[in-house]
Amino acid sequence: MAQHPIEMILLKQWASLIAVPVWITDADGRLVYYNEPTEEIIGVRFEDAGEMSADQLAEVFVICDIDGSPLADDDRPLMIALTKQMSAHRRIRFLRADKQWREIAVTAIPIIGEGNRHLGAMVTMWEDSE
Amino acid sequence: MRLTLHGTRGSMGRAGPETMEFGGDTSCVDLVNEDGAILVLDAGSGLSRLNQALDPSPPRIDVLLTHLHLDHLQGLGFFRPAFSEDVEVHLWGPASSTMTLSDRLSRYLSPPLFPVRIRDLPALRFHDLRPGTYQVGNYEVTADLVCHPGPTLGFRITDGSKTISYLPDHEPALGEDFPRANEWTSGFDLSQEVDLLIHDFQYTAGEYQERIGWGHSSIPQTLQFATQVEARRLVSFHHDPDHNDSTLGRIHDEALGSGLPFELIPGTGGLTIDV
Repeated sequence: MAQHPIEMILLKQWASLIAVPVWITDADGRLVYYNEPTEEIIGVRFEDAGEMSADQLAEVFVICDIDGSPLADDDRPLMIALTKQMSAHRRIRFLRADKQWREIAVTAIPIIGEGNRHLGAMVTMWEDSE
Repeated sequence: MRLTLHGTRGSMGRAGPETMEFGGDTSCVDLVNEDGAILVLDAGSGLSRLNQALDPSPPRIDVLLTHLHLDHLQGLGFFRPAFSEDVEVHLWGPASSTMTLSDRLSRYLSPPLFPVRIRDLPALRFHDLRPGTYQVGNYEVTADLVCHPGPTLGFRITDGSKTISYLPDHEPALGEDFPRANEWTSGFDLSQEVDLLIHDFQYTAGEYQERIGWGHSSIPQTLQFATQVEARRLVSFHHDPDHNDSTLGRIHDEALGSGLPFELIPGTGGLTIDV
């Protein structure tokens, strides 16, 4: 596997040290890392989940709108960050590994390097009590 | 390919009797291949040592700048070919998201910090360099951003037969867990299996603990990095100004006695190496 850009290496190092949930994908939407606070929300250790493609992600991590209706790609914060390179925020429902639905708020931010190099996106999330 | 170390000191110059062997000038290396094509790496105070070697100057000189910290620039205003109307000195330096390379260099090359303005150096040509692979004269140069404060490039350079990498200011261990997987290691692709690696050798392990995040490596980290990328030879570089010849001699002796899987070449001022 090729080396990641330095911006992504530093982002992963930063994420590994903070107490805020951070999920990182590359420019193709491939999951490359999430940190321990994220593990607590989704119920799966990254070491067990491992890196996975965008297609695999859609199968393993099931999400829907806050009212339970399906969520189109265009409405998913991560997809907006990846395809439109815009920040996006939404409350969603998420099926944990223990098959329990949880409501979470998700904010996705595109990662863009100097020279408009699209490197990927990061997502932060938190359990939503509203 | 033959390279000469004109400046091996990091951060600031340190000339004096205590640095006669390893040298007091800051970062500058030149490469010459079998065709006589010259490529200069960084423009620290060591660059002025090239003035005699380049008299008369060839019509074109390419200079790769890893970044714009002063210890990599301060020779530029004393580089005679830069003042010539008949020479082209091409400067290749890291692009920034806000200012051109020329504008950023002008901050230093202008009064009151320096008496000569950049417009008084007619030979200069500027190339804002982004990660990628470029043909620079007779050399193929791959540039990539590496871990050091501000936009900083490392270079992988080949003349078609041999390959070197140049990472004078590099802190691949920043963060947790080092060494780490190859794909998460800054500088790995630039340096993988090179014939010669020129790398940051600035701090002892103890010094590094007080300077984490300053953008440099401890010596054990550099030895580990060279092992990880499977470099064939390592040239120690960017020596700390507080490390005199005696200290550096002892550090190299200890490293050489530790059974390294590559050849360690102490980066001394004026050293010429055939790659």
